[in-house]
Amino acid sequence: MKKFVNDPSAVVREALAGVAAAHSDLRVDIEQQIVVRADAPRSGKVGVLSGGGSGHEPLHGGFVGLGMLDAACPGEVFTSPVPDQILAATQAVDGGAGVVHIVKNYTGDVMNFQMAAELAADEGIEVRSVLVDDDVAVEDSTWTAGRRGTGATLIVEKVTGALAEAGAAADAVAAAGSRVNEQSASFAVALTACTTPAAGKPGFDLPDDEMEIGVGIHGEPGRRREKLRPAREIAAMTVEAILGAKPLAAGSEAIVLVNGLGGTPLIELYLLYGEVAALLGKAGLRVARNLVGNYVTSLDMAGMSVTVCRADAEILRLWDAPVRTPALRWGV
Amino acid sequence: MDVALARSWIAAIAAAVAEQADYLTQLDSAIGDADHGVNLNRGFTAVAAALSSAAEPAAVGDVFVKTGTTLVSKVGGAAGPLYGTAFRAIGKALPAGSSTVDAAELGVALRAGLAAVQKLGAAVPGDKTIVDAYGPAVAAFEKAAEEGLAVAARAAAEAAAEGMRATIEMVARKGRASYLGPRSVGHQDPGATSTWLVFQALADVTR
Repeated sequence: MKKFVNDPSAVVREALAGVAAAHSDLRVDIEQQIVVRADAPRSGKVGVLSGGGSGHEPLHGGFVGLGMLDAACPGEVFTSPVPDQILAATQAVDGGAGVVHIVKNYTGDVMNFQMAAELAADEGIEVRSVLVDDDVAVEDSTWTAGRRGTGATLIVEKVTGALAEAGAAADAVAAAGSRVNEQSASFAVALTACTTPAAGKPGFDLPDDEMEIGVGIHGEPGRRREKLRPAREIAAMTVEAILGAKPLAAGSEAIVLVNGLGGTPLIELYLLYGEVAALLGKAGLRVARNLVGNYVTSLDMAGMSVTVCRADAEILRLWDAPVRTPALRWGV
Repeated sequence: MDVALARSWIAAIAAAVAEQADYLTQLDSAIGDADHGVNLNRGFTAVAAALSSAAEPAAVGDVFVKTGTTLVSKVGGAAGPLYGTAFRAIGKALPAGSSTVDAAELGVALRAGLAAVQKLGAAVPGDKTIVDAYGPAVAAFEKAAEEGLAVAARAAAEAAAEGMRATIEMVARKGRASYLGPRSVGHQDPGATSTWLVFQALADVTR
């Protein structure tokens, strides 16, 4: 597999050097692997921080800035950050009002953030955690590590970031994040596996005429494999899975994300969005806001995920609030 | 076991992980995210550097605490906290300040390491994890401890290998492989495999 790399083991640090060069309004600590808003910490403001394995760009570093995250800590590719790194980022954004950790529900992420929260508590920093687990492809959460955190992470980060920017207290920020998570559901379908720089070859073999249904964002195989079908049928299956798992009352408003996994062109994502929006309309949902593009990716995987978040007036207001980050920018 | 032997054990683990990194990653790509070998190799390389640059620890337990602390801060993922916590618990369960420990004391410490892993990861036997190799290994070690360290270590390595092979037929219920459900059957667990390497390394250096 061809890739633009120098040394597979240096990909994350070298990419961070590029982020630093491109975005002078962010503080990038390449050694510690943390990305911090230039004006952090702000006295009295709740710090909002997230992190996870690299390979999902622009998540999370691309969402650091005004109205969203105060810091991100990228781990190695598909590997959660380490406690010391998360602690350093927590300290960098602590303005005395507490820090909220947004954690995607994966075994490693949960453990490392938990350890970091304990270290931060020892330093006198109060940490609250919001666990994101929106992926309804994981059906039997009793016998698994539980539902995964995927596309809804972006909405959680946007809403919590806006609330923190407005001066809300840590408890309120964390509660809003949890509410967005509870009201969101995501489902993903892949057409190819992805290739990590270290492995150099695809994570699984997928024949040209088949698709992997219910994939996560780490190149792990999904629940099942089927013959490829027209986009309309894939969209229908996806919407059905989402609404089947988290029924949304007719008449509700929703924020809908049609997200590329890294290797699918925008033309296909828009085609899918058209199908998804029509299906949701038929189900009695009003799509109040949408986002189409590559936001929560899985390296070079061809595929897409759909996230539906039931949005009340407060969530919509926070979604619309000004944001200025490398990957999301409006209202400013 | 004295301090020098404890360091030899850790060095042997580092060598085995480096040699088997591709194999571990290959196992992980079947049911996980293809990074287990890469991550553990990065961690144990850092451990080897930390142990060689530090002054000779006075106590056996200190070698393992240092190993665990380094793994927690260098590996990430689930493997870093799990192996890091295990070695820290092993080190802390050994008699404080002792420059030598016997097989019975090491057995108690290994048991404490297993308990710490299970507390952190909430895995039980049969979940297709590290625990499926670690559990049988500790039990075999304890049973043979009276016959000395070398015999106990060999028994533990054999039990770990058997536990590792038993994971092939298991359905994963913890970690990233659990998302595959029944599709995880037929694949050997990468974590149980690296745990076997740990106990095989102990058997090799105590032979």
